[in-house]
Amino acid sequence: MSSELPPELADSPKPKELMAIDYRPPQQPWMETPVNFKPGNYCFPTKAKNLRVLDMPNPREWAPEEEDWKLPENWMEIIREGMKDRLDKYRSFKLFMDICVRCGACADKCHFFLGSGDPKNMPVLRAELLRSVYRGEFTKAGKILGKLAGARKLTIDVIKEWFYYFYQCTECRRCSVFCPYGIDTAEITMMGRELLHLLGLGINWAMEPVANCFRTGNHLGILPNGFKDALDFFAEDAEEITGVKIDVPINKKGAEILFVVPSGDYFGDPGTYTCTGYIMLFHELGLDYTWSTYASEGGNFGLFTSHEMIKRLNAKIYAEAKRLGVKWILGGECGHMWRVVNQYMDTMNGPADFLEEPVSPITGTKFENANSTKMVHIMEFTADLIRHNKLRLDPSRNDNRIVTFHDSCNPARAMGILEEPRYVIKNVCNNFYEMPENTIREQTFCCGGGAGLGTDENMDTRLRGGLPRGNAVRYVQEKHGVNSLACMCAIDRATLITVCDYWARGVEVTGIHEMVANALIMRGEKDRQTDLRGEPLPGKEDEEDV
Amino acid sequence: MGASFSLLTVLVLVLLAFMGVRVAGWDPLFGVVIPYTALFVFLVGVVYRIWDWAKSPVPFRIPTTCGQHKSHPWIKGNNIENPSNIFGVVIRMALEILFFRSLFRNTKTELRADPSPRLIFGENKWLWAAGLAFHWSFLFIVVRHLRFFTEPIPFFVGLIEYMDGLFEIGVPTLYMTDVVILAAVTYLFLRRVVIPQVRYISIAADYFPLFLILGVAISGVLMRHFYKVDMLRVKELATGLFSFHPVTPEGIGVSFYIHLFLVSILLIYFPFSKLMHMAGVFLSPTRNMPNDNRKRRHINPWDYPVKVHTYEEYEDEFREKMKKYGIPVEKE
Amino acid sequence: MKLEDLLAQKMTAITKAWFQLVMETYPPDGSRFLKQEENRFANPVGSTISQELGNIFEELLNGVDSESISPFLDRIIRIRAVQDFSPSRALSFIFDLKKIIKKELGSKIRDREDYDELLKFDSRIDLLAMLAFDIYMKCREEIYKIRVNEVKNRAHRLLERAKLICDLSDEEPDFKDDKLDGKDMEFV
Repeated sequence: MSSELPPELADSPKPKELMAIDYRPPQQPWMETPVNFKPGNYCFPTKAKNLRVLDMPNPREWAPEEEDWKLPENWMEIIREGMKDRLDKYRSFKLFMDICVRCGACADKCHFFLGSGDPKNMPVLRAELLRSVYRGEFTKAGKILGKLAGARKLTIDVIKEWFYYFYQCTECRRCSVFCPYGIDTAEITMMGRELLHLLGLGINWAMEPVANCFRTGNHLGILPNGFKDALDFFAEDAEEITGVKIDVPINKKGAEILFVVPSGDYFGDPGTYTCTGYIMLFHELGLDYTWSTYASEGGNFGLFTSHEMIKRLNAKIYAEAKRLGVKWILGGECGHMWRVVNQYMDTMNGPADFLEEPVSPITGTKFENANSTKMVHIMEFTADLIRHNKLRLDPSRNDNRIVTFHDSCNPARAMGILEEPRYVIKNVCNNFYEMPENTIREQTFCCGGGAGLGTDENMDTRLRGGLPRGNAVRYVQEKHGVNSLACMCAIDRATLITVCDYWARGVEVTGIHEMVANALIMRGEKDRQTDLRGEPLPGKEDEEDV
Repeated sequence: MGASFSLLTVLVLVLLAFMGVRVAGWDPLFGVVIPYTALFVFLVGVVYRIWDWAKSPVPFRIPTTCGQHKSHPWIKGNNIENPSNIFGVVIRMALEILFFRSLFRNTKTELRADPSPRLIFGENKWLWAAGLAFHWSFLFIVVRHLRFFTEPIPFFVGLIEYMDGLFEIGVPTLYMTDVVILAAVTYLFLRRVVIPQVRYISIAADYFPLFLILGVAISGVLMRHFYKVDMLRVKELATGLFSFHPVTPEGIGVSFYIHLFLVSILLIYFPFSKLMHMAGVFLSPTRNMPNDNRKRRHINPWDYPVKVHTYEEYEDEFREKMKKYGIPVEKE
Repeated sequence: MKLEDLLAQKMTAITKAWFQLVMETYPPDGSRFLKQEENRFANPVGSTISQELGNIFEELLNGVDSESISPFLDRIIRIRAVQDFSPSRALSFIFDLKKIIKKELGSKIRDREDYDELLKFDSRIDLLAMLAFDIYMKCREEIYKIRVNEVKNRAHRLLERAKLICDLSDEEPDFKDDKLDGKDMEFV
């Protein structure tokens, strides 16, 4: 063919040469692939002051991109001791180090792997990062056979890899659902992070909230006056919309119920609308309850730090319930808060024998499933109200919303509260569509920003991780015209906005009690013109213009 | 590297048994000493490993919930995927252990319209099927082998043997489980080599037991169908071992000793390896606990007091602000 | 035969080869999953890229109409823009198409005329590349905007509240004494 062709083409590479170009990165075993810290892909390290407030070890300023992480002299000893200590204390940790057969069932279940294709984001390999060191340091086979037994030496590069990948796991437990031995990567990530903290390695977006929460009672460091101001502001907002004057009880001794929410609900939109929703609902019920400035955080970034920190932060809730003399505790819409309440609170800071077994004062329903912890999920509470016809609802007020529901990881896989939110949603709005089956309930996909990763400097990573969720949202957006993504998690309410903006533009994120309050017909309310966001209610658009 | 190293190791083991018996004539070593040692290591090792796990406490109740929890009576709880009591846990564990429930979750088949309608079976379904076939046939084979150690032979051994040979192919009858285990192990090996992401995570400790088990199965089939050994004498040796009057009858055939040696190695290797998942799965805290934390308090045996920020400290810091904004305080 | 017809005939082979090349930009251990898993929810990356490459190629046969072709390009580039690729690597897949076409049609190009047509088609791909640059930049800008929005959103209500107090206090001086004392504004 060449003779007839113009010289340019004749010179062009032959097909064979073209196909010989290797696009693939050099193939090398994962143990030999070091981490590359690139902006957009990792979280900023914690400032030393946060660690000092909390009496945590080795506070210092350091930067992941720099070669020298300024580790303490005896860092290897610290890690070894730390691992040994935890192996002796947690059967989960020890077992999960030993019994993985690397079948690969979990490999494609992680949203970070699905979004990036990075093999170290496969849950099995994320765990192997730690397991390989465990084998090298604690097992005979590993010590003798080395790499053949999957063991490796503890080096600074390993620590860097841990920092990178244990902060690319949102502890969502999706992989654990598919593991034949129930190996839970969340447990492994938690251990990995605990070990890193022994060396003073943490991320600021988790540690600043922890330090704040310790001192001021909430992650955002909002002072008591700011807290009151925010709630008063929501009450004024609600009054403007409904014409009903609402009081917000704070630190009220002798109230029947202590109400605890994640601080995101009274700080950032759209959580604030959900918060307004709670206030309106409780007012309508005439509930004898109180907020607390001291226990002004239901969320617990301790969960993303260490078991000890969970306990330190969570202690406030029971302590405050005792001080105020309430009968039981009600908890707002939050994800990881409910992992803590369900899995840790009673064990860590109980027994709550100074409280009474929770009973709804409105319906008389006993929440028997919460008899020991004495803390009820607001979705259990509201579903019960609706079931007993205690609320007058006009779901058509939410007719502008075509809704789908995102199961948050923790309520789904560390508690199992799947039906209550659906029951409530279906009673307060008329248009509800589920996302595909393999993306909801126990198989739900994470927002990509849980477990302390919801900051902005790692946006690329977050958006990759949010792709599987965003992709499913876009599907129902295209198929059913869905424009609202409902969720009951404060982190979701912040991070899913971003996920939707990028992957499913035009879908708004809403809390469930925001929709409840929109539909709720209150005694003595005026003819409402707008929803809680100040947008005209369906059918009222014209009146607004006049 | 892991795969070839493992294969080589198993081949060396085979050669070792062959030389040891055929050339050196160390029948007592391979027929008595090593099997006793292996059994001892296996029993002590497994017990030790379980004890070692068990001595680490379970400080928190952390089941992975895969279904609706038990809350209101009018909402149907899923007591199997999210057990609220021991009964549910038992069912959940039984499904997990007998049928690999969690692995099965992978296996949704679906009808695809594009480009032409067809049914898709994911690789994961094969993993589940092969895993199940492998483990069940292994169990059947172990039970079948009881005939060599017991007198009289328990009825269920005979039953399983009968069922296993139902097709009556060949003389002696070809056992289905032999075919199944060979196929399943081969598949489990091939997927480790063929699927890049599985190859990437696989290490020698994954290949070695596969080759070893393959070696055991192949040598077993060979001695039954090809290099026939004297079964009566095999039984004599086996019952001798179990009645602690070990004998090594003449002329059993070297293929038997290879088989026995590989089994011994498997037993010795077992407690030090990932094969311990057999026992570990029973202990997995995300599966073997009910999700009833809010109803029944779980105790952490090593719980210790931690430093908290008390209300008094909090009020001391913010009292003035609280008073100014009309928030009730303890001390005026 | 016109080049477009030839290409249309070879469409399946070309888009398949194109998809393979794109997949090779991912780590090999992950790329097989991306290539094989067909469920669009279990594998958003692979399924999106596979589908949209086909759409892009089909559009390309009719020329480069930026309006109709952009949405397809957007879906792919939106993903690659957040995937830890350098910009050039994120977009290199566009130029891969040239190589694939030459490989597929290599033996069919016999004379000057064919070659001119091929050059014309090449320039379409160049246009596509320029479009891709625009889309890539737009995606990156969106990401930065989203980052800023998140930070703003966190402080938004706070600012709003602060403003609200100022507004009210302008009308009601008494109120001012109570609340507009600068020190008490420290909510956070």
